[in-house]
This record gives sequence, C-alpha cells and structure tokens, in this order.
Amino acid sequence: MSEEIKLQEREGDYDFQQKHLLGLAHYSGDDIQYILDQAQYFREILDRPVPKVPTLRDKTIVNLFYENSTRTRLSFELAQKRMGADVVNFSTGSSSVKKGESLKDTIRNISSMKIDMVVVRHESPGVPHFLTRCVDAAIINAGDGAHEHPTQALLDLFSMQQVYPDLSGRHIAIIGDIAHSRVVRSNIIGLLKLGAEVAVCGPKTMMPAYVDELGANVSYDLDETLAWCDIAMALRIQLERQEDGTELFPSIREYHQMFGITMEHLEKYPDFTIMHPGPVNRGVEMESAVADHERSIILSQVTNGVAVRMAILYLLSGGTRV
Amino acid sequence: MNTIKIMSAEELNRTFLRFAHQFLEPHDDPQQVAIIGMQTRGVHIGRRIVDIIEQEYGFKPDFGVLDVTFYRDDFRSRLKMPEVKVTEIPFDLYDRDVILIDDVLYTGRTVRSAMDALMDYGRPHSIKFCCMIDRGHRELPICADYVGMKLPTHVQEEVRVKVQELDGEDAVYVVKNSEEE
Repeated sequence: MSEEIKLQEREGDYDFQQKHLLGLAHYSGDDIQYILDQAQYFREILDRPVPKVPTLRDKTIVNLFYENSTRTRLSFELAQKRMGADVVNFSTGSSSVKKGESLKDTIRNISSMKIDMVVVRHESPGVPHFLTRCVDAAIINAGDGAHEHPTQALLDLFSMQQVYPDLSGRHIAIIGDIAHSRVVRSNIIGLLKLGAEVAVCGPKTMMPAYVDELGANVSYDLDETLAWCDIAMALRIQLERQEDGTELFPSIREYHQMFGITMEHLEKYPDFTIMHPGPVNRGVEMESAVADHERSIILSQVTNGVAVRMAILYLLSGGTRV
Repeated sequence: MNTIKIMSAEELNRTFLRFAHQFLEPHDDPQQVAIIGMQTRGVHIGRRIVDIIEQEYGFKPDFGVLDVTFYRDDFRSRLKMPEVKVTEIPFDLYDRDVILIDDVLYTGRTVRSAMDALMDYGRPHSIKFCCMIDRGHRELPICADYVGMKLPTHVQEEVRVKVQELDGEDAVYVVKNSEEE
C-alpha cells in the first residue's frame, strides 16, 4: 500500500507583511487586493444570528480622535466590538488635551496602559506616522489632515469591486472639492494600484496644484467626465474647511449648477454608478433623488465600511511577521 | 522527505460510503441530520458524503460550510496570519443533529473552535464529529464519533488528505521528515 511520491508544495496563506496602515502609498496592489478579498468574508459575520466573533478578545484598541467624526468612528467602534476587542475611546473635547497635554505625552500615557492598536484621526498630516515612533502598537490612520484616509478608500474600492469585480481598465471619476479631500488622495493611489484609470473633476479653485502628478486625469467639465466614467464619486463640499464658507465658489447654487449630479445626468448617461463618501449635502453635490436612486451605492458603502475595517483590524492584529 | 501513501482513492471512497450509512443509522427521522464541512478539505469530504446519501437514500441532507479562523486561539502564534475563508450555513441549526466533518483530527483545537462557532449560529440538539484521519497528539479532551482511520504518528510527521477537487487525486499520505529516518 505504501509508495514514495513527490508531493507538490501546497499553497500557503498570502504573506501580508504590514504592521501599520498609515496610507495606501505604503501598500502594494497585492496587499490592497488581499484586504479586499478578506473583507468579503467579514461581511458575512454582520448577517449572523450572533454577529460577533472572539478573534480580538485579547486586544485593547484606543480610538484617538482629535477631530470630529461620526461615521468613521462609529464604524471603527462597531468593527472592534464585533470582533470582541476591548475599546477605549478618546476625544479631545473631554481630555487633558484641553489642559495643554501634547500629542506625544497623550499617546505615551495611553500606551503605558498596555494597548495593542491605535486608531487615530488628526487635523495634521503625518500624525499617524509620528505615532509609530512613539509607541509599539499598530497604528491605523483614520484620516490625517488632507493627506490620506486609507480605510475610507479601501471601503470605496470594496464597494466598487461589488459592481466591477475587476477594476483594471475601469474609468473612475472623483468630482468636487479635490483640494480639501484626503479621501481623493487615498482613492487615487489605491485605484491606480488596482489598474483603474482615474479622473478628478471640480472647480479650478478646488483643484490642487500638481494633482496630475498623482496619476489622475484632470477635467473641469462635468458632462465630459460623466460621459467617460463607469463610476462617479461625488465628494462632500467641506464648508467647514473654508474660512468663510464660500470663498472658493460664488454660491452653493452655482456649484450645484456646474458640478452637481442631477436626474438629467442619469438619463443622459445611463451607465455610471453613483458613490459618495458621505455625508451627502443633498441639493449640492447631487440632487436628493440621485442619492436615493437605484444606481447609487452610497448606503452599501456604509455597511461595507464595517466589514473592511474588521478585515484591517484582523490583519494588523499580530501574528509573527518575518 | 519521505512520503508514504496510507489510503488509496478506493479506500477513501469506501470510507465515505461507510460514513453515509453511519450518519443516518441512529436517526428515525434522517431529515434531522445536518452536515457541516470544515474549511478546506472537510468541505469536499462533506459534499461527497452528501452526494452518496442522496444516491443511497434518495434525499439530500442540509449541508453547510464553516471556517473557524475567527474562533481559533492559536492563530497569532503561527508565522503567517491564516486566510479567512467562506462560512455558509443556509439553514437553522436549532434542534438539529449536526455532524461536523474535517480531514485530520490532531490537537483538537480546531474542533473546539468549531463548536464555539456553531453555538453562535443557534442551538443544535447534538454535535457529532467525523474525521478522515485521527493522528493522535490531542491537547484538549476531544474525540471523534466517526473515524476513517486511526493513525499513530510522530509529531514531526505531517498527514495530508488529498481530494480530487483540490489536489487532483483522492489519497492520504504521511510525510516523514528526513531527520527522523
């Protein structure tokens, strides 16, 4: 019965080597695709009778939010709790930051409480990178200034792949306030690494200099962009980042006329899918009916956000890395 | 590396047939039985047994797929993070007689994880465990209800159950490390 046979080596698990998620610039296309592939299995947990697994029950995670956030913070917190982690929330409004405590002191104090991961949002670009030098925990960037917002980009990519499983060669348009958006930067980096073509479209006053250096096409004509794209992602007009609200365009009404997606656009260009990272200013970036249209995947973006963040927490939660 | 074939395709198929009969034997109502294959090879073994039951008894038992990665207590001690795979249990587990299927029973940790996972899906009437190979070296008080073959092994050895769907053949091998020879 016994005989000697040369066996082929079996496939092993993908060797995911990342310790932090500071931005998609640090990730290869394979790393990004691996996270997206894994995230689809985490999506299923949310539909279980008991939508909770004990995977991170030995982990303590700090949510360090120096900037206001509703959905990103809720999404992270839900992802952490769905995986059984102990969660500590920190926000500047109710902390010693008000007493003048520096960022470095804050993180050192928190890390002395034996934490494993830090989810950080800060108004200054580079803060997550700075934290990697202060503590030994895994750092996840939940948005740093206008630099990157990698988890939002990953959930956008995941939502796009639900429509087009292979994004290679697909035309993706990002429309609106390009200059103030950190989501744009992460999205462009991620999309290009997955082989998509990206165009940004918006008023010249909201288009940063050298945006084409990132590898995206630039357009100032909404109709031209919608005729070209498979997916159109409208961005929120961030009035809070402009000093007096409308210094970059004459009026909200004019912005909507020039760059707002309307039902007419949906009829005229019947193929493109609508996305928006939220929250939508209805009647500004798009008509209310467009946001609720069957071609809009805005709500599934929110659900996907939890699954994608669960996958990220899982993959960065440890394991001996070579 | 020295590789020895322990079971041929014919022997494996005979074992699947035996399992099919054993699973249904104690049940007045065979519809009570639900079969769940554990990722990865347990899924393929489970599907084979389901097909045999359909041929022999004329009905198809409920079949699900379980990945226990989220419930494992040892995943961070491995060199690489284990890849998460699909879980799909498209029926209610309440009051069912569940039979879990895996290819190799070794430390017992995977089975423990699987039981935790099943409890989160519902409250089965009973859970029984079926494995193709019981290679010993248990670290938890767990034993299988249905065993294809008990195979005493050395810790350094590796047992590989191969299935046609994944590996292009049906067979069981033991891989011995050259250090032991």
